This record gives sequence, C-alpha cells and structure tokens, in this order.
Amino acid sequence: MSLEALLIVSAILFAIGLYGTLARSNVIAVLMSLEIMFNAVNLTLVALAKFVAPQGLQDNLANALTGQVFAVFVITVAAAEIALGLGIVLAMYRNTESVDLSQATQLRN
Amino acid sequence: MLFQDIVQDVVFWVLSVAAIGAALGVVLVRDLFRAVLLLAGVFIAMAGFFVLLSAEFLAVVQVLIYVGAISILFIFAIMLTRNVRQGNLPNRLQIPAVLFSTLLLAALVVVATSTEWNLIPDGAKTGVDLVQTQSVNVLSPEALEVLERAGALSDEERLQAEKAGLADLLIGPFVLPFEAVSVLLLAALIGGLALARPPGRA
Repeated sequence: MSLEALLIVSAILFAIGLYGTLARSNVIAVLMSLEIMFNAVNLTLVALAKFVAPQGLQDNLANALTGQVFAVFVITVAAAEIALGLGIVLAMYRNTESVDLSQATQLRN
Repeated sequence: MLFQDIVQDVVFWVLSVAAIGAALGVVLVRDLFRAVLLLAGVFIAMAGFFVLLSAEFLAVVQVLIYVGAISILFIFAIMLTRNVRQGNLPNRLQIPAVLFSTLLLAALVVVATSTEWNLIPDGAKTGVDLVQTQSVNVLSPEALEVLERAGALSDEERLQAEKAGLADLLIGPFVLPFEAVSVLLLAALIGGLALARPPGRA
C-alpha cells in the first residue's frame, strides 16, 4: 500500500463518477455519481494526511490531522448538497412527472 | 516484509477491487434500486479505507452519514419518483463522457506518479500515527509515554500532543470554516423544507 496506489484508486473512482455524472439521463443516477466523486476526493484527502508531511509538522504534531479535518468538511457539504439535490428532484417530479435530465428544460428560453 | 505490511496490502487490494467494482456497477446497472445498494457498497468500502488509513473517526462518520442517511435518502427519492422500471438510461453524451473521464484519469495518474511527494519522515511516523488514531480523544498517558519513548518529547511538544485532537482543531484553527459549515447546514435545512413543501400552501 503506497501513496501512489491510493491516489490512483481514488482517481479511478473519480473518473467513474465523472462518467456517470456526464452520461446518465436520470437525475438520481447523476446525484449518485456525484457522491462517488465526493468519496474519491475524501479518500485522496485522508491518504495525503496519512503519507504526506504537512507544513509545520515539526512544530506541531496536530498538523497531521489537517487532511482529516478537510474530509469532515467535505462530508458535511456533501450531506447538505444531497439533501437539497433530492428535494429539487422531488419538486421536479411533482411539476413535470419525470426525472429525466433531458426533459428539464423549463429554464431554457 | 513484515506480516503487518502484507495484511495491509491484502486489505488494500480487496477494498480497492470492491470500491471500483461497486462504483462501476452504480454507473452501469440499469435498475436504480440495485444501483443504490451498490452505492452503499462503495460507501462501506470507503469506510474500510478510512480505517486502513488510521482515520477511525471519519470511518464512523462515513457509516453514519453516508450508509445510514444518504443511501436511505436515495432510496426514498427513487421510491417517491416511481419510475424504477425506466431505470438508469444513458443519454446521448456517451462517447464524449468516456473520452473526457479517460483523459482526466490519465492526467490524474500522471500527476500522482510523477510528483515528488514530501513524505512524512520515518522519525515522525510513530507520532503521526498516534495523533491520527487517537484523533477523537485527548492523548492518553500511555500514548504520551509511547511518544516520549519514540523521540525525546519536550515539555512544549507534550503540551501540543495533549491538545492534538480533531475537536481541538475544529474549534481552534478551523473555527471559521466550522461556523460557515453550520450556517450552510441551516440554510440547507430551510431550503429543503421550502422545496419539499407542497405547492399552493402559504
């Protein structure tokens, strides 16, 4: 288990999530792919916290936790994002009877 | 090679295969409900990664928030929108999407392998491991003893090590983003209520 291997795994996960986000037509599937991308980023942050020395590690050992703190923030933002995203999906379904992205054209002029 | 290293490698490979396989399933399976179950698999594999990388607190948070809350929200959304049969159809952007994500993957892999990472020096490894595995609580006296044996710990360093916890960081150096995130959560709560309210009611 090396840092490079971990980074490559999370890069693969991020690419899979990106593909799903771009190529799916169902809004819920797109949101699920977004979650995969969030998780890939979290994995990168924690892997870097484990292997890479942050600035000022010599002065204060607590700096080794910086990556984990960032991951906590990412998880919080992802939770807020998904709660709102699914609310929007439900509102969209209520108005158009569909969750197909290609039919979400109400804002188009 | 130590026995511990071999176990770590095996666990790493198992988790990698599980996470990547489940993620591929999420974007390729047609049945949305199965996709959500696979997504929960990705989340659990990710929690395993966090344990492997000595981030136990994050692993617990991952299981509670992602597996416990977000997967359930997805299942609710799928059930409420009633088109599970129609499923996970691809759109017309298939080929550009594959091209773009492959390009991004190639770029990320090149960056990850060609960068010279400023790795943690071997001397500091024990201390960093202790700080990370003990991130939830204040370092116990036993842990401090181990730290002292690993390298001479000055009084000032000892004081710092005693305060090296996630909570201390969150309400210390990171207090501003912490407060910003709480405002964001409040806004998301109000926004979710406003969105979910049936139309026509004041």
